[in-house]
Amino acid sequence: MVPEPPPAGNGSSAAPGIAVEARNASKEFGQGEGAMRALDDVSVAIRKGEFFTLLGPSGCGKTTLLRLIAGFDTPTSGTILLNGRDITADPPNRRPVNTVFQSYALFPHLTVLQNIRFGLDMLGRKRAEADARAAEMLALVRLEGFAARRTAQLSGGQQQRVALARALAPAPEVLLLDEPLSALDLKLRKEMQRELKRLQRETGITFVFVTHDQEEALTMSDRIGVMRGGRILQIGGPREIYNQPANRFVADFIGETNFLAGEVEAVEGDLATIGLPCGSLTVPATGLGQGQKVTLAIRPEQVRIGEAEGLPAMITGNVYFGTDTHCHLELAGGAEIVARLQNAADDVAALDEGTSVRVSFAPGSVQVLQD
Amino acid sequence: MAERRPFSVTRLPGFTAIAIITFALLYAPIATLVAFSFNGSESIAIWGGFSWRWYAIAWQNTAVQEATVRSLVIAASAAAIAGTVATLAALGTTRTRPFRGQTLIYVLVNQPLMVPEIVTAVALLIFFSGIKLATGYAGLGYLILAHSAFCVPFAYLPIRARLEGMDLSLETAACDLYADRFQTFRHVTLPLMAPGIVAGVMLAFIISLDDVVITEFVKSAGQDTLPTYMLGQLRRAVTPEVNAISTALLALTVLLLTVFFLLTRKRD
Repeated sequence: MVPEPPPAGNGSSAAPGIAVEARNASKEFGQGEGAMRALDDVSVAIRKGEFFTLLGPSGCGKTTLLRLIAGFDTPTSGTILLNGRDITADPPNRRPVNTVFQSYALFPHLTVLQNIRFGLDMLGRKRAEADARAAEMLALVRLEGFAARRTAQLSGGQQQRVALARALAPAPEVLLLDEPLSALDLKLRKEMQRELKRLQRETGITFVFVTHDQEEALTMSDRIGVMRGGRILQIGGPREIYNQPANRFVADFIGETNFLAGEVEAVEGDLATIGLPCGSLTVPATGLGQGQKVTLAIRPEQVRIGEAEGLPAMITGNVYFGTDTHCHLELAGGAEIVARLQNAADDVAALDEGTSVRVSFAPGSVQVLQD
Repeated sequence: MAERRPFSVTRLPGFTAIAIITFALLYAPIATLVAFSFNGSESIAIWGGFSWRWYAIAWQNTAVQEATVRSLVIAASAAAIAGTVATLAALGTTRTRPFRGQTLIYVLVNQPLMVPEIVTAVALLIFFSGIKLATGYAGLGYLILAHSAFCVPFAYLPIRARLEGMDLSLETAACDLYADRFQTFRHVTLPLMAPGIVAGVMLAFIISLDDVVITEFVKSAGQDTLPTYMLGQLRRAVTPEVNAISTALLALTVLLLTVFFLLTRKRD
């Protein structure tokens, strides 16, 4: 195990089960008027053994937060805790945390085996022990025959595996992954997504994964932190983030969403009636006041097209995607929405442009977002 | 030939002829010099049959032997000093946060490339003569220092290029993998910049070996290097011995430059 000083008795210890935590962490680059706030008072607690994803568009601060945890940057204010211990001032080589870099950063002058051993050698492990551990890592990432190769002789996917093995070899308490799959083609990326999940399950190490790819985040994560403008907007499991987005940005960034602007007409217990230009909808919602302007968010796959009941609409076009068809509709009053129809299940896709229909939404699928 | 370029210099009329003439003008004198180093007669212009005679004469000439040893000692010392200085300078200008006056440092390091050599030579002559008077020391140290000074930029440029081409995330990765600053330098930075250092040192060696102007001004009596010895010979009767020495120097330079080229060549 990584040498670790005894737990500091400074009373800052986090709740048990928390691997790494940022408390009110801010990071500014530059000084004075030209200062850029990359991270703005972020607090997040990542649980032991969890696959946690930081998701957001480029420039949202996700990589900055990762670099603060790794120790490559120090926060302008706030603290970073590892197992309840304040590590804010520790240099990267004193933190039992390893990183898989976006560019892999494999040492080109060393062999695959020497790359994987690097961390163990720097920690002063015995030769036999380091050899055994490196062999174990090679087997873990399924590169047994590649020990003596130069890294330049490997394919992108293989380099990725070496980078993983190298970072996992010292058995870090937290593994940080900075958009590691972005350089791979789609098929290899899918394969590596499953591979990463497997490695995380087999090693039990806490993974903090950074990506801008919402699909990657949804498929791999135990929990996701959605970031924008240096802040974390919502933390939750993939289903929660997808089904109950906290605000318009999250709803828009994760998957596709229809937005309808409306106004609260009446509130009755847990139900609110929202007035739209094309009619009104009664949906479950709390904390709303009459006359309040709201936005309704509905996922395209929750839109039902029928003839009997619902809001009047007209089909303006169909786009065929293979597994499904996107049916574009114009509601009375001019709002446009998209319905996703599964080609295997629905035969509505055959509806022609210009057909008048009625649109309804699956129960519980309408999210009321307060602007 | 997949794409037709709108303009290509190779399609201009007379391109091939001009190219041939240019290369001929560049290499004919050198070819002549090399040819006449194997001349059997005493003339540097009239061919008297093939012979190794002048190489043998040069080899046995004690003045040539001494000048050769002196040249090699100065070049090796200057290359070592310039290589060390240039390595530190390259690290200082690429591995630190940008600092005020960085451009000035860059200009100062490369100053010998811009200042006319004769100016440096005169300045060193005056500067060193003061020290000679004060200390009484008249050894090879002055030449070594002078050569080190003008060799620095030649060593600096390939080392700096190597460092600038290096992925900075490699050093970050080493640090992430528990290497402290010294271990990062020892196990990652240094091995990766080594080809640049070797190339820089070899270039410095060649530049020093070849120098006439500064050496001529700075050297004390009896401190001829190979180039200044040859210059001295040309003032008297010229024999193919000078050709033989020149050819040997040329061979050494070509050899070193080949190694330099192989080391700095981009790997695909």
